[in-house]
Amino acid sequence: MKDASEIKDASEVKDTFDLGGKSFKSRLIVGTGKYKDFAETRAAVEESGAEIVTVAVRRVNITDRGKENLLDYLDPKRYQILPNTAGCFTAEEAIRTCRLAREVGVGDLVKLEVIGDNQTLFPDVVATIEAARVLVKEGFKVMPYITDDPVTCLRLQEIGCVAVMPLAAPIGSGLGIRNPFNLAIIIEQAKVPVIVDAGVGTASDAAEAMELGCDGVLMNTAIAGAKDPIAMARAMKLAVEAGRLAYRAGRIERKLYATASSPLTGLIG
Amino acid sequence: MPTIILNGDPYAIDGDLRLVSLLERLNTRQGRIAVEINLEIVPKGNYPATIIKPGDNVEIINFVGGG
Repeated sequence: MKDASEIKDASEVKDTFDLGGKSFKSRLIVGTGKYKDFAETRAAVEESGAEIVTVAVRRVNITDRGKENLLDYLDPKRYQILPNTAGCFTAEEAIRTCRLAREVGVGDLVKLEVIGDNQTLFPDVVATIEAARVLVKEGFKVMPYITDDPVTCLRLQEIGCVAVMPLAAPIGSGLGIRNPFNLAIIIEQAKVPVIVDAGVGTASDAAEAMELGCDGVLMNTAIAGAKDPIAMARAMKLAVEAGRLAYRAGRIERKLYATASSPLTGLIG
Repeated sequence: MPTIILNGDPYAIDGDLRLVSLLERLNTRQGRIAVEINLEIVPKGNYPATIIKPGDNVEIINFVGGG
């Protein structure tokens, strides 16, 4: 008889992904916005198992001198800090923000987002491409938040972005994956990691993204906005792991009719 | 009184001001911030030699929670 432990399965094989020359185990990237305080931010990030965390770039508070700093809670030696360009509506603003972010000294990985419309927060595709071109030339490792459009994702890869980050649904909407077929095309064509960024509402959305074959999922509101952010952080960690493993395990084909699971021979009578 | 524009608002200074003195006054740590003067980024290595002059537009940024 063969022992169960002799059977090696996909979950035992090392499964990391590379981003801008660095290797990561966790495929969940989390944002740090909308938390009650820095202590809750840190607790949620820890529970999520994320190794990469996004942060925003803002003016230092001049009047409140005693203010704590986010990096006091999230050690840049432990976490890969991923500054974003949230709030930028032009390529120039986004480029300026990235240059400042890099000068803080946490590396040259940036999440590029150039917003085209205030209500949907959909990206300005033209401005994103324009900014990506400049930033890549300046040595940044650019991860652009972008519409779930396969051709745009191809263009961003050609420019030299280290990943593409198509949205699942509008930022903070929690609508889940609105266009799995476009994402499937993007994943199939991609030569760089595909990270689904924005729109995830709950664990099943994250699992679905991973089952499609994405390399990772980036989320903020789905965790920070949950009634219990710490529990949701853990749920997301498990969902991303489960979805990834299901993808690697290879799901069965969908069929219209039933196929019996039990033998059709040896029936009684 | 001479002023600079600091993070978008007028900020009074006595005259020429060393950047490191301003950072100290604001209780910021160099490893947590980045500085731009008149739209030019000041590399960390240039902080000790950088002098802020009346009328300068100074931006000091740090990281905050975001997605």
